[in-house]
Amino acid sequence: MSKMNMRKAYGEALLELGRENKRIVALEADLGKSTMSNMFGGEFPERYFQMGIAEANMISTAAGLALTGHIAYASTFAVFASGRPYDQIRSSVAIPRLNVKICGSSAGLSDFGDGKTHQSVDDIAIMRVLPNMKVLSPVDYYETKKMVRAMTEIDGPCYIRVNRNDVPVITDPDAPFEFGKVKQMRDGKDAVIFATGFMVYQSLEAAKLLEADGIGAKVVNVNTIKPLDVAGVQAAAKGMKGAVTVEEASVIGGMGSAVCEALAEGPAESRVKTLRMGIQDRFGTSAQKYDELLAEYNLTPEDIAKTVRNALK
Amino acid sequence: MSYTEKDIRELRKIAATLRGNLIEMIPAGKVGHLGGSSSIMDVTAALYFKHMKVFDDPKDPRRDRCVFSKGHAVLAQYAAFVELGYVSHEDLHKVKTLDGTLQGHPDMDHTPGIEAVTGSLGQGLSVSLGMALGLRVDGSASRVFAILGDGELAEGQIWEAAMAAAAYGADNLVAIVDLNGVQATDTVDKVLANPNQAAKWAAFGWNVIEIDGHDFAQILDALDAAAACKGKPTAIIAKTVKGKGFAFAEGKAAYHNAAMNEAEYAQALECVKKMKEEA
Repeated sequence: MSKMNMRKAYGEALLELGRENKRIVALEADLGKSTMSNMFGGEFPERYFQMGIAEANMISTAAGLALTGHIAYASTFAVFASGRPYDQIRSSVAIPRLNVKICGSSAGLSDFGDGKTHQSVDDIAIMRVLPNMKVLSPVDYYETKKMVRAMTEIDGPCYIRVNRNDVPVITDPDAPFEFGKVKQMRDGKDAVIFATGFMVYQSLEAAKLLEADGIGAKVVNVNTIKPLDVAGVQAAAKGMKGAVTVEEASVIGGMGSAVCEALAEGPAESRVKTLRMGIQDRFGTSAQKYDELLAEYNLTPEDIAKTVRNALK
Repeated sequence: MSYTEKDIRELRKIAATLRGNLIEMIPAGKVGHLGGSSSIMDVTAALYFKHMKVFDDPKDPRRDRCVFSKGHAVLAQYAAFVELGYVSHEDLHKVKTLDGTLQGHPDMDHTPGIEAVTGSLGQGLSVSLGMALGLRVDGSASRVFAILGDGELAEGQIWEAAMAAAAYGADNLVAIVDLNGVQATDTVDKVLANPNQAAKWAAFGWNVIEIDGHDFAQILDALDAAAACKGKPTAIIAKTVKGKGFAFAEGKAAYHNAAMNEAEYAQALECVKKMKEEA
């Protein structure tokens, strides 16, 4: 299985969009080399705005660019793209439903070395609670590319969270991305795992471990966290004996919370015991390797398999 | 000089009318931002009725943009919009009501003529900068005017935007500081002293012009000078009086956002009547 980088997908997709659509502009805050938005800047300097280390100003400036009819892609690390300029996103962008597309790069624990100030545990929750905001979380390189393109077509503000590291390619480059629809990645008769981002791959690996024990685990990719595919989530849980949610973010208010809300409000046959995996109400920490950090936060395939077994008890 | 004595007389009349529209929105007992709306009223009149490119269609792409970053003073804009035909007197009476079109702070979705959502202080200069850059990308000749409060200048984002606007040489952007010296709690000096505004903006790389914000000749001269300045944005530091035109409220923090009583409202009506007669 080949591994590819989602940040590269963001940079490439943005560049392609820039070539196709003159209304696309992009902004960065001294991290364009990392988010790879600088690929766009290299070819379209007149439509690229280096805003320096000033994220609040970057977001409100993006709003102004959108107000003159442009589609503004603003990128930086997820912590600095969500929590730091939260009120700018809220007031300047989300209230007037502007075409500002925010890329939270190096999201979750994926910036493993930099530690708690640079690891986003709360970005899904705080972007999800904003009226008018759409929240996207791709699983791999190809899905990232398709989502970045789709964001141009979606009217209004979007937030996409992108992993820093090379991660396995698990989607078909030719399959279309369906905004607002969950996607079943693997079928199973006993339990359903709702996962998002790189955790979809971890869940598929967990499903293999469970299969060896005779447990059938369905894996569902929740790539659009908001608006959540409520009917799709309820249908996927229907008749299952247990459910698990897995995300590289806080279990409070994130994708797992959204899935639980959908199941709780759904028909009785979907209201299955659901365990939420993710970051358990703590901040991140530095580690030498991404895998090491995922183990520390109990987000390995083994951890997921164990939690599925617990859900089935 | 792009104006005549007649223009000045005309603007005085308009400003009196706008102050009349202002108090129409906040009759006795209704809370509203009288102080900061009246301090910026003369600048507002000069912008909309003399200096800016304004059209019957508030969305005309050739228009200049005016963004009240000090969004609580939006009543000054509403007062002008009546005269521009964007909203009606009926709308004024329904300001800040559920079925009204005039929100408590600027909202482009509700009110024709409003360019952005502002009111969470400190963001409007950045939004204006984005507009200025967007207009430049499009090769548009339109310009952008951002109205800032002096209390608002405590927001750090203002200075992020100031830095960026200078770095980008955004000469189609004008920031107008309503230096009325008073904010919600007390005078700016007492709340958090932030003196030497002209020197600060100049140090950030802006073309700076200091004026009396109630002297129409000075306002128009400054706007003309800003239009002529190439390669850098212009900051017009307009010394004003909070509550200008309403003697009982002038210079007082108590009228930042308050309701007039019946006696005060009667005085306010009298002030407007006198302003109209003298204009």
